[in-house]
Amino acid sequence: MLTTPLYEAHKRIGARLIDFGGWEMPVMYRGIQEEHVYTRTASSIFDVSHMGRLYFTGPDTEALLQHVCTRNVSKLKVGRSGYSHICNEQGGILDDVIVSRYEDKWLMVCNAGNREKIVAHLKQHMQGRNVKMDDTTTQSVMVAIQGPATMDLFARHMPIKVGEVARYGFVSGSYMGQKYSVFRSGYTGEDGLEVILSAGTGVLVWDYLTQDGGQDRVTIKPAGLGARDTLRLEAGMPLYGHELNESVDPLSAGCAWCVDLEKEFIGASVLRKIAAEGPRRKLTGLVLEGKRIARQGAKVFTGETEAGIVTSGTLSPTLEKSIAIAYIDSARLASGDKLSVEIKDQRIGAAVVPLPFYKRGS
Amino acid sequence: MGVPNDRRYLKSHEWHKLSGDTCTIGITKFAADELTDITYVSMPKVGREVTAGQAFGEIESVKATSDLYCGMSGIVTEVNEKLNDSPELVNNDSYEAGWLIKIKVSDPSQHARLLSAADYEAQLGA
Repeated sequence: MLTTPLYEAHKRIGARLIDFGGWEMPVMYRGIQEEHVYTRTASSIFDVSHMGRLYFTGPDTEALLQHVCTRNVSKLKVGRSGYSHICNEQGGILDDVIVSRYEDKWLMVCNAGNREKIVAHLKQHMQGRNVKMDDTTTQSVMVAIQGPATMDLFARHMPIKVGEVARYGFVSGSYMGQKYSVFRSGYTGEDGLEVILSAGTGVLVWDYLTQDGGQDRVTIKPAGLGARDTLRLEAGMPLYGHELNESVDPLSAGCAWCVDLEKEFIGASVLRKIAAEGPRRKLTGLVLEGKRIARQGAKVFTGETEAGIVTSGTLSPTLEKSIAIAYIDSARLASGDKLSVEIKDQRIGAAVVPLPFYKRGS
Repeated sequence: MGVPNDRRYLKSHEWHKLSGDTCTIGITKFAADELTDITYVSMPKVGREVTAGQAFGEIESVKATSDLYCGMSGIVTEVNEKLNDSPELVNNDSYEAGWLIKIKVSDPSQHARLLSAADYEAQLGA
């Protein structure tokens, strides 16, 4: 199994480690709910070094990315990032990624479990194009620092100015010979940053930022993939392998905003057809009665008719309610019939709610 | 890890504490820690029969849902109602305040056939 440069730090502070996409990663340190609440109220740091980091250079890079991405990446200015899907010819989602435009190169951050597939996919479409791809995933550290106290704490402790950077903007440079990129983005529904550093610097920065500041100081505390999952779920953000997979298209997944049907890209013709006809099923937010959690694969019913399937569910620490995301048949959803979710041998009533379940400042 | 000596265990991490013909059943600290934050416990109603080796309920955490097994047969006489509002009691005090059900056992000799604390602890490391 692969490990990140922060592996020893995780073990030292007693993280519980699990296999995630072929990487041995911390699922929690102190408790998933505690880390979740700390992220919503203060600031948490997550090791996300398992995420794929692919850099592209060469004159045909922009054309390659336009060809594989659903988003119109040509509209990205230097210093800006954009969320996109990568589809196959049938419009199925191969991965969801963030593309960033530097002065002299482009970066694609992809899911850990999809990295090999995406690298192969890109290599195939690089043929005949003058593009060089550099997979730096195993050579660097990427951390996400998330929560309302993040910007203040980062400004206090780090020599990089990020206060002026807008959401989905980034800055890059080098400090004492060490390259960095700092992005104003994240996967929790909170304000925050994602930072790419060299492996050695990353370990030093992790240790420095997580040291205890004493009783009267708010500090950045480590949080694991467990809290990352419940945070993104409250924020209504899709997760590959749950809401997204190769048999789902971006429009049914509620991600039409990252698809530009005016341009040509792999899967565009199928997606245009789906857009014209309307998706047959829709990604839908549900709040369940009681405290039982609907897991991935649980069936959704309208009356006695099977109407859909749950992709993710948890007990929301913020709302203190059982929440779930499900694909539900558009026609059944429009019928307005009462929904229920099957958990073991029970049918639990569920109400449709708009996504996200949680918005910061609300 | 301090597995209490005053009760017996199943490999599936339930403890059984016998007092007269009443057996109190719960899950071990190890299991509670593995499950992480427990969010819901589904338990049988008082008066229902439970059978050794069979599932009597379910326990849910943020991470997963697991079946609960008992190692003794009998009739449920009491369920821990506090868990409805405070399932975290199982995380915080799995051997005492976080107990799950009490049963009136039909065959007290089943108790001796369950794992001792030492045997339970030994197979954890295995």
